[in-house]
Amino acid sequence: MTAALEVRKLGVEFNGHKALDDVSVSVARGESFGLVGESGSGKSTLLRAVAGLAPVSAGTISIDGRELRRGKRNRAFYREVQMVFQDPYGSLHPRQTIDRALLEPLAIHGFDNTENRIVRALEEVGLGKGFRFRYPHQLSGGQRQRVAIARALVVEPSIVLLDEPTSALDASVQAEILNLLEQTRKDRKLTFVMVSHDLAVVSHMCERLAIMQGGHVVETLPASALADHKFEAAYTKKLFEASEGFQRKVHTEAPA
Amino acid sequence: MSDISSQAPLSWREWLMTERPGSRTQARLGRTYTTWLRFCENKLALIGLAILILLLLTAAFADVLAPYSPYIGNLKDDRLLAPSALHWFGTDDQGRDILSRVIYGSRLTLFVVILVAIIAAPVGLLIGTVSGYAGGWIDAVLMRITDIFLAFPKLVLALAFVAALGPGIENAVLAIAITSWPPYARIARAETLTFRNADYIAAVQLMGASPMRIVLRHIMPLCMPSLIVRVTLDMAGIILTAAGLGFLGLGAQPPLPEWGAMIASGRRFILDQWWVAAAPGAAILVVSLGFNLLGDGLRDALDPKEEGR
Amino acid sequence: MKPLLDIEDLRVTFPGRSGSIQAVRGVSLKLGRERLGIVGESGSGKSQTGRAIMGLTPPQATVTAKKMMFNDIDLLTASARQRRSLRGRQMAMILQDPKYSLNPVMTIGRQIIETLQTHESVSRAEARDRALAMLEAVQIREPKRVFDLHPHEVSGGMGQRAMIAMMLVAGPELLIADEPTSALDVTVQLEVLGILDRLVADRGMGLLFISHDLRLVSTFCDRVIVMYAGRIVEELASADLANAQHPYTQGLLNSLPRIGHDRHPLPVLDRKPEWAL
Repeated sequence: MTAALEVRKLGVEFNGHKALDDVSVSVARGESFGLVGESGSGKSTLLRAVAGLAPVSAGTISIDGRELRRGKRNRAFYREVQMVFQDPYGSLHPRQTIDRALLEPLAIHGFDNTENRIVRALEEVGLGKGFRFRYPHQLSGGQRQRVAIARALVVEPSIVLLDEPTSALDASVQAEILNLLEQTRKDRKLTFVMVSHDLAVVSHMCERLAIMQGGHVVETLPASALADHKFEAAYTKKLFEASEGFQRKVHTEAPA
Repeated sequence: MSDISSQAPLSWREWLMTERPGSRTQARLGRTYTTWLRFCENKLALIGLAILILLLLTAAFADVLAPYSPYIGNLKDDRLLAPSALHWFGTDDQGRDILSRVIYGSRLTLFVVILVAIIAAPVGLLIGTVSGYAGGWIDAVLMRITDIFLAFPKLVLALAFVAALGPGIENAVLAIAITSWPPYARIARAETLTFRNADYIAAVQLMGASPMRIVLRHIMPLCMPSLIVRVTLDMAGIILTAAGLGFLGLGAQPPLPEWGAMIASGRRFILDQWWVAAAPGAAILVVSLGFNLLGDGLRDALDPKEEGR
Repeated sequence: MKPLLDIEDLRVTFPGRSGSIQAVRGVSLKLGRERLGIVGESGSGKSQTGRAIMGLTPPQATVTAKKMMFNDIDLLTASARQRRSLRGRQMAMILQDPKYSLNPVMTIGRQIIETLQTHESVSRAEARDRALAMLEAVQIREPKRVFDLHPHEVSGGMGQRAMIAMMLVAGPELLIADEPTSALDVTVQLEVLGILDRLVADRGMGLLFISHDLRLVSTFCDRVIVMYAGRIVEELASADLANAQHPYTQGLLNSLPRIGHDRHPLPVLDRKPEWAL
């Protein structure tokens, strides 16, 4: 079976700085794949390179076995691949209503029956009709992120790239958005590539994940390996420990 | 949510201010209304608006308002009369009623201002947004052209254009328009640079939108508020430049009652018959003030940072 | 023992277009020389509580309380001048992002000296020595080099350490940390917290740790206060967090994804209107 997304020996350079160096990742159709790392690890750059938002200097990216040309993506690509951004406050046009935000992709791709599609898209993400003509500033962070998800799904893509979709949200809202994402993936049999700094979120959402550091993939492992502590790289261990919260180094007493 | 429609009829205000508009028009009107409310908080801006509405009305009803003809005077008896009940603002050296000339002059002022705004603002907006969004050599070329225009003092450049095109009000307008777009291009470019890397622009790119679509439909609307404010604030300057050209004899030609040209002709008697120059001068002052006050108010009302309060 | 900080019924009210809005609605807390965490989501009033204690409430808002004592000083009646001399010297605050809370045009060393000289009359040489010692105390490896750097020349973690150094150089007794590590990477976060923890313990300071991150607060602090809609809904020892009584605290805990717990979908918080009463 060909992979839905295949990244081979990818390199990205910004002004001589190597943001990604020789990165290879393969995501199967219908799989949910996580990219974990800290800032500067290249996890977001990888996602942006796939989306055509970062300059690729080496290697190849293939969708469903078809290799993408460097630089420009065609319209068909954007029907196949969509993205949800980190900051729900920055990813919606401040002067456009929700309606306009959802209509735009439909208009660009020449969809018919836009009226129904918009209403259905809003319902799918748990926002009623009442939200349709609101402006982004009238919505909470969680509601905005729902709109961003609706906007990505409205063109019926098969691959969705998620760039820290919940890191700007409160914990309780995060749970709602994660559930929504899981539900849509199940309903539409989507392929997810999710970037996060939070190991727990990725292990919850993804079947496999790659740990990244300094523009390299340190380790690729199934999510179940995290629970079983079956990882090798020292950096993975460090991240894993950090995800458990603060650990006080007790000097006076014997460690528990 | 379904009970919105079944509620008791709403007052206009409630309908406009609703948190959940039911249609595109309602959303747009509601937004306009909140902007208007913000604008109304600034009393000075309202005065500015009133002045400009007055100017519009004066220009529209000049025929009715003006007591005498602006062109034909009584050279025999009515030369250079001081303000009186018959001639409120006095008469000029041709025996023409100055009040009537000032009233008709408002048409010319509006003509100049509107034409310049229609020509210069869109040109500046287009060049600025394209330059800012495209970057690279397109940006370099467009901005160097802009720099060339900016390097000359506005009036001097306008003078050169009028000299080349020939004197007359239309050419004066054209000359002013040609010289006043560069600042707008600069502003539009600066604004575009702050938006172009925003996630919402990346999101439209990811929809497969063409660069032209992004510039026209997503970036330009964002640049509009600051541009509108800037154009309004520039209006005073445009009126003054037009008056300056008129004063130098390169703008409106006699006997057109252009305010600048009127001051120029009154200059000769400024010490003895001060009213000849004073009336059009005061008109320029009041209208410029009106535009400035309005611009200040618009800046507060349209500021996108105020959004969401 | 008398508490360092004793607050009763603290209220912070903001004027709004349609009536005033209470961001903090009757918060009472006592803080000794311990680590106390305040947890809450955005809009819970946790930051405004910290700011009110520091006297950094925005001017348009009003602060009222039945009691607001710091050591023997009544913060309610203290003059603006008294409060200024308190800040930095006896109580200090660390904010979320060092990028915004450090002066960009002044070197880090200069800023630390400045803080010191505002509160104590020390010679230049002594101030410099103490600043360098402070930088060393926050585990900056080359304090002499960092001393002469501007804030934009250091990483986020380094900037936050410099911030801590600046805040602690005058030896305050109370430290309020408002999301001090939220802008940092997880591993750096723990390093900075480790430094903060040791300094607070060594100097016997009281620490008020404000954060949205329940997991972090519960592992770092001795006690945790949970806030919701401007009120304290629950106060408990960190170790007892698993036995939280209030449905909000429970819901918040449950909604966090955990490694090795296969819960699909995640339980979501069902906000009851009576919590906000």
